[in-house]
Amino acid sequence: MADLSTNFLGIKSPNPFWLASAPPTDKAYNVERAFEAGWGGVVWKTLGEAGPPVVNVNGPRYGAIWGPDRRLLGLNNIELITDRDLEINLREIAEVKRRWPDRAMIVSIMVPCEEQSWKAILPRVEATGADGIELNFGCPHGMSERGMGAAVGQVPEYIQMVAEWCKHYSSMPVIVKLTPNITDIRYPARAAKAGGADAVSLINTISSIVSVDLDNFAPVPTIDGKGSHGGYCGPAVKPIALNMVAEIARDAETRGLPISGIGGIQTWRDAAEYIALGCGTVQVCTAAMTYGFKIVEEMTQGLSDWMDEKGYATLADFQGRAVPNVTDWQYLNLNYITKARIDQDLCIKCGRCHIACEDTSHQAITAMVDGVRHFEVMDDECVGCNLCVNVCPVDDCITMIEMTEGSDPRTGRPIDHDYANWTTHPNNPMAKQAAE
Amino acid sequence: MTVSETSDVKANRLSSADYADNFSDIHPPLTPHEAIVEADRCYFCYDAPCMTACPTSIDIPLFIRNIQAGNPIGSAKTIFSENIMGGMCARVCPTETLCEEVCVREIAEGKPVKIGLLQRHATDTFMEREQPHPFTRAASTGKKIAVIGAGPAGLSCAHRLATHGHDVTVYEAREKAGGLNEYGIASYKTTNDFAQDEVEFILQIGGITIENGKALGRDVNLEQLTAEFDAVFLGLGLPGVNALGLEGETASGVVDAVDFIGVLRQAEDLSLLEVGRRIVVIGGGMTAIDAAIQSKLLGAEEVTIAYRRGQEHMNASLYEQELAQTHGVVIRHWVMPSSLHVADGSVTGITLEKTRLDAAGKLSGTGELVTLQADQVFKAIGQTPDAGPLAGLPIELEKGRIRTAADRRTSHPKIWAGGDCIIGGEDLTVVSVEDGKIAAESIHKALMA
Ligand SMILES: Cc1cc2nc3c(=O)[nH]c(=O)nc-3n(C[C@H](O)[C@H](O)[C@H](O)COP(=O)(O)OP(=O)(O)OC[C@H]3O[C@@H](n4cnc5c(N)ncnc54)[C@H](O)[C@@H]3O)c2cc1C
Ligand SMILES: Cc1cc2nc3c(=O)[nH]c(=O)nc-3n(C[C@H](O)[C@H](O)[C@H](O)COP(=O)(O)O)c2cc1C
Ligand code: SF4
Ligand code: SF4
Ligand code: SF4
Repeated sequence: MADLSTNFLGIKSPNPFWLASAPPTDKAYNVERAFEAGWGGVVWKTLGEAGPPVVNVNGPRYGAIWGPDRRLLGLNNIELITDRDLEINLREIAEVKRRWPDRAMIVSIMVPCEEQSWKAILPRVEATGADGIELNFGCPHGMSERGMGAAVGQVPEYIQMVAEWCKHYSSMPVIVKLTPNITDIRYPARAAKAGGADAVSLINTISSIVSVDLDNFAPVPTIDGKGSHGGYCGPAVKPIALNMVAEIARDAETRGLPISGIGGIQTWRDAAEYIALGCGTVQVCTAAMTYGFKIVEEMTQGLSDWMDEKGYATLADFQGRAVPNVTDWQYLNLNYITKARIDQDLCIKCGRCHIACEDTSHQAITAMVDGVRHFEVMDDECVGCNLCVNVCPVDDCITMIEMTEGSDPRTGRPIDHDYANWTTHPNNPMAKQAAE
Repeated sequence: MTVSETSDVKANRLSSADYADNFSDIHPPLTPHEAIVEADRCYFCYDAPCMTACPTSIDIPLFIRNIQAGNPIGSAKTIFSENIMGGMCARVCPTETLCEEVCVREIAEGKPVKIGLLQRHATDTFMEREQPHPFTRAASTGKKIAVIGAGPAGLSCAHRLATHGHDVTVYEAREKAGGLNEYGIASYKTTNDFAQDEVEFILQIGGITIENGKALGRDVNLEQLTAEFDAVFLGLGLPGVNALGLEGETASGVVDAVDFIGVLRQAEDLSLLEVGRRIVVIGGGMTAIDAAIQSKLLGAEEVTIAYRRGQEHMNASLYEQELAQTHGVVIRHWVMPSSLHVADGSVTGITLEKTRLDAAGKLSGTGELVTLQADQVFKAIGQTPDAGPLAGLPIELEKGRIRTAADRRTSHPKIWAGGDCIIGGEDLTVVSVEDGKIAAESIHKALMA
């Protein structure tokens, strides 16, 4: 049995699955149930500063997009940070940590961007015995309009500054949670590192309007006829988050910075992908909110079984293994040539590959051969784009096969086995300049 | 085996709850949720095989996508534009041998997209929401066309002609319009008077007058009609029924299966219908299956279908055969009627002779006999055309059925025909609808030339 235990910034947890800071971690009741269900750790729902708690709307907070079977694909919310009293939260955090010493207890914090505010709250959090803090620089709605959350996360200088305060006023490990609502994730990540943060976590939610109600013409969720942008999460955001994680993992300035991966993790496989891109732990919110805490059993079981199958004894055995394979377009091998192949035994003759290729790509798939429906790739037209693979409803029916012999029937050029990329390609004006 | 001397045919074999239950919808409609989930199974195939297999060429992937996109009304319009009886066809088409048979999901998983039920979902939604008729008439052409028979072929033809701006008069021998939709289709396939609702829906287009109780050959004749109208469409169906050719065929209890079904369809109170305790149905088509199942549902105890060839030769699809069997009907293959047993003017049994194919591939009796007790014997060995009404004008026939060209024009330049009454008809509602549609387009072309 693979060992799933993690040591992230010295914070130990029996498995890498943490609940992200959100409603599932808003109170002792939930967190206790989560630990009973097997979650490795939690990031407590973001605490605000002392005084009257924040006020949430009293109407719907969530909007969603679904698959046809109403399977939830993406969720958005207009909820704020915890609306419970700070004192109660701190007391509960201390109690729960005492009862579950082996689980990671991270506390998320968001207070105004003033030194005094951070100085005030940090010792109180530390006193709970929590293992670390996560700085919420991500919430894109409500709090950002008050100069917090994403408003801070979008300004690298502020990130650095607050991270420095936190390192200064507390001895806890500091995780900076990044907002995806920014053009280049590397800048806030570098700022976090420069400020002394021990790790980054990402992503927080993406600014979004999930839908417009076509009867009353207002965004969903609708509060008394009006809607506001919310934060998007769930399976739909995973591709965006994975890319951002990869960018940080391979950036020269932030390489090696511990990352806690967040965004659309639904199954063990999603988690494994994040870990392969360098993450030390992963955080889950929407999947738990959709299915309840029990899904962690599938996640741990799946990850462990896959690791056993692959012969990985610990997470470190594959953590970050995909990072070196993320590169820039210009370094992709232009001599690597593939053609689509249709397995005629698996083909159910739906014709999707044909019409996709015919209408929108390269006219490289037949529809009819000798008067019968027959879908076959014409190598002399196929550019190897892979669109047909993506639209074919049958698993493994179309595969991309590398051409290793002869010449490419499309271009007539012989197959070259040597790696060659855009930087040296004759059509690249920059390459020519270099050659001069 | 000795055959009992008395026959046992009576009404009220069941409780009233049983009648209601037995004749309720055989395939309950999909709920909106089921419809959306099922619609998502459709791959929106290129040049979709299902569409090619539908005799009316409904754009199936498009109508299913309409449903999936939350637009069942648009879906129904897609259906109606090719098949104005899309509602009835959704109920009665043997989809297992038409659209659903070739669905790529059948190839993939042995479970086709439920095209028929989706079609029903769309058309029912349309009709339940009382939408305005989906088509409007073109400007009046001033042309008049006579349609004989208000069955699927006649009504489909009339509707298409009306959309083109022609005025149509339909002559229908019976009290109600609908043809076999009203008098033939099994009760549990079309409940709640759907056939009449559909007729009403079709007529909403305007420009169609139905003259009920007017029969060609009795109240009107072809010579008159061709003089009075610009064109005539014949959708007479097959009014006759084949005879067994056995002695005793006129005895009480020997019943024409189509009549039996017609009476059942028109019955106000099913408990008043008489049915035997033991029944033998002769035939191998849809009519035989429907008669057998419905007599069972009326309370008959032993129902046997006797078919002269093998299972693979039966006209009824495998699905229909199974439906009969799951209703407790016994199907005996390779037997043909040999003699009827009659006592006191009522049938009491039937002797069947076993059959086989001889060396030349011809069906012949083996001489081996089996006798079954039967209080009723249903004849379901095929309907026959009635050439009588066609007298007066030369129209080419073959075995009583009308010969037409691909555009459904007969040998008479002003007369078209379609549905069960023409050669090559497949005796399906959907095929008849298509015939009417093709003929209407041809008539329109001819009249506007
Ligand atoms: C018992 C039974 C069950 C069936 N079940 C199915 C099924 O489940 N699915 C399916 O697809 N098909 C089924 N069929 C076949 C289907 O009903 C027919 O193929 C279809 O109804 C033929 O349409 P039509 O318009 O040609 O003829 P019909 O429906 O027979 O209509 C002909 C009309 O013409 C009228 N008419 C006849 N003679 C005259 C005249 N001289 N003057 C004026 N009017 C006249 C008749 O009264 C009738 O209304 C079944 C048939 C039978 C007999
Ligand atoms: C209702 C809701 C409330 C959230 N509140 C917080 C919060 O208070 N602090 C925070 O850092 N992130 C918050 N998040 C963001 C999640 O922690 C997480 O970053 C995001 O949902 C992406 O992960 P997922 O795709 O697994 O849901 C919230 C998310 C949701 C759905
Ligand atoms: S998409 Fe796949 S299953 Fe469909 S025709 Fe093409 S290869 Fe066959
Ligand atoms: S009309 Fe009949 S054959 Fe055509 S799609 Fe509908 S159910 Fe299938
Ligand atoms: S064949 Fe099946 S999957 Fe393809 S379009 Fe028709 S119903 Fe849809």
